[in-house]
Amino acid sequence: MSSQEIPEENLPAEQSAGLDQQEHGAVKVADEKNPFADPGLPPHEHRIQDIDERAARRSERTVALLFTVSMLSTIAFIAAYLAIPVDKAIYVFPIGHISALNFALGCTLGLALFSIGAGAVHWARTLMSDEEIADERHAIEAPPEVKAKVLADFKQGAKESALGRRKLIRNTMFGALALFPLSGVMLLGGLGPAPGTKLRHTTWAKGKKLVNMNTNEPLRPSDVAVGSLTFAMPEGLDEHDHDFQKNIAKDALMIVRIQPDDIKDPRELEWSHEGIVAFSKICTHVGCPISLYEQQTHHVLCPCHQSTFDLADGARVIFGPAGHALPQLRITVGEDGYLEAVSDFEEPVGPAFWERG
Amino acid sequence: MSTATNTATDSRSREKAPAGERVADWADGRLGIYSLAKSNMRKIFPDHWSFMLGEICLYSFIIIILTGVYLTLFFHPSMNEVEYHGPYVPLQGQLMSEAFNSTMHISFEVRGGLLIRQIHHWAALIFLAGMFVHMMRVFFTGAFRKPREVNWLFGFLLFVLGMFTGFTGYSLPDDLLSGTGVRFMEGALLSVPIVGTYLSFFLFGGEFPGGDFVARFYSAHVLLLPGIMLGLVVAHLILVFYHKHTQFAGPGKTNNNVVGMPLLPVYTAKAGGFFFLVFGVISVISAIASINPIWSMGPYRPDQVSTGAQPDWYMGFSEGLIRVMPGWEIDFWGHTLVLGVFIPLMVFPLVLVAIAVYPFIESWVTGDKREHHILDRPRNVPTRTGFGVAWITWYMVLLIGGGNDLWATHFHLSINAITWFVRIAFFVGPVVAFIVTKRICLGLQRRDHDKILHGRETGIIKRLPHGEFIEVHEPLSQEQLHTLTAHEQYVPAEIGAAVDENGVARKVTRREKVRAKLSKGYYGGDSQIVKPTVEEYKEITSGHGHH
Amino acid sequence: MKKLSARRRHPLAALVVLFIALATTGVLFTAFAPADRAVADETAQTLTIEEGKKLYSVGCASCHGTGGQGTTDGPSLVGVGAAAVDFQVGTGRMPAQQPGAQVPDKPTIYSQAEIDQLAAYISSLGAGPEVPTENEYNPEGADIAEGGELFRTNCAQCHNFTGKGGALSEGKYAPSLEGVDPKHIYEAMQTGPQNMPSFPDTTLSEENKKDIIAYLEAVNGDDTVEPGGLSLGGLGPVSEGLFGWVFGLGALIAVAVWVAARTAKAKKS
Repeated sequence: MSSQEIPEENLPAEQSAGLDQQEHGAVKVADEKNPFADPGLPPHEHRIQDIDERAARRSERTVALLFTVSMLSTIAFIAAYLAIPVDKAIYVFPIGHISALNFALGCTLGLALFSIGAGAVHWARTLMSDEEIADERHAIEAPPEVKAKVLADFKQGAKESALGRRKLIRNTMFGALALFPLSGVMLLGGLGPAPGTKLRHTTWAKGKKLVNMNTNEPLRPSDVAVGSLTFAMPEGLDEHDHDFQKNIAKDALMIVRIQPDDIKDPRELEWSHEGIVAFSKICTHVGCPISLYEQQTHHVLCPCHQSTFDLADGARVIFGPAGHALPQLRITVGEDGYLEAVSDFEEPVGPAFWERG
Repeated sequence: MSTATNTATDSRSREKAPAGERVADWADGRLGIYSLAKSNMRKIFPDHWSFMLGEICLYSFIIIILTGVYLTLFFHPSMNEVEYHGPYVPLQGQLMSEAFNSTMHISFEVRGGLLIRQIHHWAALIFLAGMFVHMMRVFFTGAFRKPREVNWLFGFLLFVLGMFTGFTGYSLPDDLLSGTGVRFMEGALLSVPIVGTYLSFFLFGGEFPGGDFVARFYSAHVLLLPGIMLGLVVAHLILVFYHKHTQFAGPGKTNNNVVGMPLLPVYTAKAGGFFFLVFGVISVISAIASINPIWSMGPYRPDQVSTGAQPDWYMGFSEGLIRVMPGWEIDFWGHTLVLGVFIPLMVFPLVLVAIAVYPFIESWVTGDKREHHILDRPRNVPTRTGFGVAWITWYMVLLIGGGNDLWATHFHLSINAITWFVRIAFFVGPVVAFIVTKRICLGLQRRDHDKILHGRETGIIKRLPHGEFIEVHEPLSQEQLHTLTAHEQYVPAEIGAAVDENGVARKVTRREKVRAKLSKGYYGGDSQIVKPTVEEYKEITSGHGHH
Repeated sequence: MKKLSARRRHPLAALVVLFIALATTGVLFTAFAPADRAVADETAQTLTIEEGKKLYSVGCASCHGTGGQGTTDGPSLVGVGAAAVDFQVGTGRMPAQQPGAQVPDKPTIYSQAEIDQLAAYISSLGAGPEVPTENEYNPEGADIAEGGELFRTNCAQCHNFTGKGGALSEGKYAPSLEGVDPKHIYEAMQTGPQNMPSFPDTTLSEENKKDIIAYLEAVNGDDTVEPGGLSLGGLGPVSEGLFGWVFGLGALIAVAVWVAARTAKAKKS
């Protein structure tokens, strides 16, 4: 990256180098020889307000009017805040039925602020001087003598510290400084428990009944019709439980019934009960609750990233970013005639992870 | 006043000084404000609308902080489950976290609370959109060149931090939509090889959703991220003052000056006024347009979802990445490599870094070590402009992917077809955009070239005595000629001689070769139209006399 | 009268006239025939079925087969029940303009009386869900909040939080539920039209369905209050982002142009 790599003559020198070297003001002289030369700042022209006092007075009145509008709007804001009930709805064409308070407060606040801004800008544009001023720039880089002084100071300081000479101090200091942040890293360990095998298990277990999410009743095979869609959770789960959110995040089940002849995957048929199949509702991509079931095709689509699974074929992925099929829960009918799980899911539900295997 | 003869009378004159001056004197004795004001009070700012884009960002940032502080007075960052008993009937009796409940309280019971919430959220969307446009302005005009590379990086960091501050804020109400986004985050973390499950468990304090993430996001959203951003904003502004603003080429405007209006009074009024204008516009928008109506979405439940689950716009491109990625999953010695999620997760920063590192690539190719304060017109740097448009195309293609379901329903298309379109356009789109943009730039350069040499087409048709019709061309003024020829043109770098002055063979490194090739691509004959020389101009204009 | 005369050339006019004539005959017959009441009812029922069958063979048989057994162009209608007919024909989805996975709704071309006849005929082919009575779908007194939770569990995944509709695979979509008759919503849940799964009473009870209808009316009705203002289609962040860019940033840039523009100069004489 050093500058030697590019020969100087390749840099676009002519025009800008010329400008660099020219004194400010020198360029302003129109050049007979160079028609492209910088003619310098154009002469200042007056606005109407600069030469006509009546126009200036008009601008003054406009600015004052804007500031007055702002004051009135603020008063209106206060009045609206005090007077309008928080739950009052009004119909505003073409917006619709909206909160009267929100609309009134927003409009008055907006007008009050906008008027201040518009007044200030109008004032600046019409009454303040509009003469353009040229300001000199100065190089950001320090002049060589400053640089030399700083480097010398640094060398002096470094020498006086003896850091370079006393290697033992230097090395141990670096060691100490490098190690101490580890304490901070260790403290972060308290953020959460180790994953263990938690992602591999759900609440489902042998004999757990499938409870309808809508009615909170256990399901019978006759409840589930072909072409219908039912969501279930394991018995014993209650919305009010402390762990409900955590459990339902893995337990949620989607139940459909497919004519046994239409099921292409033999294992799926075996794990079903007379064509009633129970799949995890949690997408294997990144865990959205998947349930856009198209009953004619038996495809189920994820609303988040459009992974599509074929529920008639072991819920394998037929489109989208998911990497593997939805896990199926093996179900049967218990002695009392209700659908129940044969065991927990055989594989982890939800998104894939490193230890999934 | 400051001459030696006056020092004796100084104390007496101070007593008579107006109150304002006395306060200033007091402050100067302790803070040295006069020296500070000397170089800054009449600081010059050039007038151009595109130079106000950064101010839109600054002011919306201030608005976000002001409204955000108000919201913290009412928001409870807790995930304890409570039953809703507020005035909104369609949620009464529903279980929800305290975070959701308090957001409902702000929206329906606190007077003006809904307005402040909406201002906060609208300002956030506009803040990010403003930063995006501001960044593009800086990019296409080459304002990132020396000495402003560091400020470009500060700005870039602000954009990225803004994205994450936005994301954490969007997740705080713990509603069904944002909860789905947080779950996506869990899935994305799980996909990280080796440490993924640990990352997820540490973020959520155990299994998803746990009871911690709202509180953790809250401290990041209100303290950690905005704290860093505030520091960066201050540094960004100090550098703007220190470098002085860039300006477009024009009569009287050189690389050594800055032409415009002084901070006091014109820009104090304009910039100060603009703050109120921005605040006013956002307030009115918040009065008429609803944003993030969490009451419609309901509280988060991991087993519920709605179609059209999208993040706010600034995260949309990452959503596009994740939606169009094929579902690759590899079994790796008993471990799962979740490429379908992990690759998008890695491409996400890559998309951003691609634009962030560009200034350094360009300065390496040009080898230019000089300061640049005159802005480029995008047409005069076709390769850079091409890259910029290609990047925007890339970003937009991904945004389309992120909203593919809404594209499908609103334009009667198939989601699968859109996904395939995005998969292909991800690779093809930027290339096409690059080529097309470069062509357009060259065309515009040719037009400038003709305008300089032959003048402006007036549209007046004249018939010459011998019957020929010609269009009268009006020669440009010197101002225009100067403006159109003020830009610099680089000559492609060449690989130096294979032998040095002493006749010793020099090793030509691969880096040098790459750079020579890039430089040729940038500044070779195919990439810029050589601007007219004075000689060419004189020859043609003298010839013009005949007409 | 004008309307009537305009419609007399309608292809179905003949059928309507026939129906009226038959109905009149029927009424006259029952009035004058001193027969048993039950027999008369049965006769009326048979007549309705007969009429339905005639309508069916004109409008439906080409796709669904002469006896409702289904063809390659349309599914079998045996056992779909009256509710399915009332939904499909009542929302204008049937008769379809062209067969396909997604048949959109359009203006209804049959009168309710004709729909009832068609429904009676289809019911006679095989038992299925009956058309709900108003008692069943009237949402009065239902639990709106409970309906909201049920909606988010069962419906929102396809129809969006407040029933604005959404995309399905391969160009199919779940339609918007805005302005849909509660009866039709009830029937859709009951019968599962097209690719929508059904939610029979065994999994989504009658009470549940009422709650859902009540919720929809509360959040997607004509008088629904959107406290914050424009709902921007109720589609979430995509439309919000678009609005923020176009109207938010757009307005601010317009303002910026004004702030930075040079003030007009006095004209030179």
